[in-house]
Amino acid sequence: MFDKTVAELSAALKARKVSSAELTRAFLDRISRYKDLNAFISVDPERSLAQARAADERIARGQGGPLTGVPVAQKDIFCADGWLTTCGSKMLANFVAPYNATVIEKFDAAGCVNLGKTNMDEFAMGSSNETSFYGPVKNPWDTQAVPGGSSGGSAAAVAARLAPAATGTDTGGSIRQPAALCGITGIKPSYGRVSRYGMIAFASSLDQGGPMTKTAEDAALLLNAMCGFDARDSTSVDQPVPDFTATLNNSIKGLRIGLPKEYFGAGLSADVAKVVEAAIAEYRKLGAEVVDVSLPNSQLAIPCYYVLAPAEASSNLARFDGVRYGYRAPEYKDLIDMYCKTRAQGFGAEVKRRILIGTYVLSAGYYDAYYLQAQRLRRLITDDFNRAFEKCDVIAGPTSPTTAFNLGAKTDDPVAMYLSDIYTISVNLAGLPGMSIPAGFGSDQRPVGLQLIGKYFDEARLLNAAHQYQQATDWHQRAPKEFA
Amino acid sequence: MSLDRKDVIKIAHLARLDITEAEVAATTESLSRILGLIEQMNAVDTKNVAPMAHPQDAALRLRDDRVSEPDQRDKFQGIAPATEAGLYLVPKVIE
Repeated sequence: MFDKTVAELSAALKARKVSSAELTRAFLDRISRYKDLNAFISVDPERSLAQARAADERIARGQGGPLTGVPVAQKDIFCADGWLTTCGSKMLANFVAPYNATVIEKFDAAGCVNLGKTNMDEFAMGSSNETSFYGPVKNPWDTQAVPGGSSGGSAAAVAARLAPAATGTDTGGSIRQPAALCGITGIKPSYGRVSRYGMIAFASSLDQGGPMTKTAEDAALLLNAMCGFDARDSTSVDQPVPDFTATLNNSIKGLRIGLPKEYFGAGLSADVAKVVEAAIAEYRKLGAEVVDVSLPNSQLAIPCYYVLAPAEASSNLARFDGVRYGYRAPEYKDLIDMYCKTRAQGFGAEVKRRILIGTYVLSAGYYDAYYLQAQRLRRLITDDFNRAFEKCDVIAGPTSPTTAFNLGAKTDDPVAMYLSDIYTISVNLAGLPGMSIPAGFGSDQRPVGLQLIGKYFDEARLLNAAHQYQQATDWHQRAPKEFA
Repeated sequence: MSLDRKDVIKIAHLARLDITEAEVAATTESLSRILGLIEQMNAVDTKNVAPMAHPQDAALRLRDDRVSEPDQRDKFQGIAPATEAGLYLVPKVIE
């Protein structure tokens, strides 16, 4: 059962071939059996099984929906009432959330089982899952390799079949990059689609939650449950949400796929390029038209992001002061000293680095040169996408410039680590939907992801294009040997 | 632009982060490298470009000023480091 998709599990649950309690127990067993992957920060079998039993009763009453009884792992950034919610940080190592994120509420309402909280880079700041206070996650394809980040635990859990599906969040690539490096499917919806309420904030103008699954069809099923206007999120967008599963089977004949030349230049490793080109060839066979486009300001996305994201983070993370919740230093001499020691002891090195950068770029005398300049570049980057989308319906390219790198390879060099998000970051700056789907393997036998980028609120078309590719190929069905 | 140790100590204080003597040197170096990356932005003339704060230039919504949340003080204070009589406790600020 553990290799089945959400769609298959949904059908089996509905037909009463398996109960949610059985499924939940089976996945909890696998989580415990493969705990060396370090994909989960916490599990709570009693709570999970109580939800599973409630789901079984709901199905027995004939009131189940498509996700009722399906176990889903939740990134440890989503507050879930009564669950330890750490965000990968010592700062929140004792934080039992007193309320539900909207995303959790929606999964609860759909009858999903919360299978546990997945490991992640501390406060979602990282591209390798190595900044987690709970230690790095291992990539199930090769345990020497990182799973990517920040949603590394979710990606590894789905790849290793420890969960049928998981949630992630994506501020600069944190759903798409780990999905690529672990050989799974992940989609970051348009900014504003999925409520940020109760999702611990990193950079509020960029953060967006989304599903991480084996297939595009499963991503559509989960996205149906996750999206929707929420008055409690001040930037939630009041846009009609289509049924994302309804258009999966549409033909993609005539779909115009734009290839940005900047995504195929220096820095892209040859084996990743080869896989991406083969995927484009497959799309041609499916009837898509391939056109050249240009995103001339792509190179500026990383510098721009490393002003805006730290600036927003330094402000968002000011709330962790040892007063209302979370860690408080054991000894201090006065209030300021309590803040300074609490924060110095509670945050890890990467989080501190970003808070310091953010504080600096927002400080008196530097604001215009850094923060405003970055916001101006953000507009140029967005304009590039708008122009490109006059010529195409979807943009395609690599998700990550390389396959998964080895654990420890980039931990001493923050700038090298930042560059691994070169193809994903601009999508967040523009607020567009983006997804990564498995497209093959590099010369090191580690997975390669194909990135698809869409117009605002055009998730349905991305999912349609991804699903059609997955009908014609079987990369998404491959599982790491040890976990198959 | 590179930072010196005095800058780093000042920024750390603004951010309310204690920084040890030993950490100052390494932090100065890594922040300077990140600023080196950031300064690639300066190559672009953006004189006539309006800053973009929100991906779709949307403005924040206003809402009616009415009570929407129930009282959950006991639940919320149950996870606080120190409380007394419904108040959060911090070190004395005024003598």
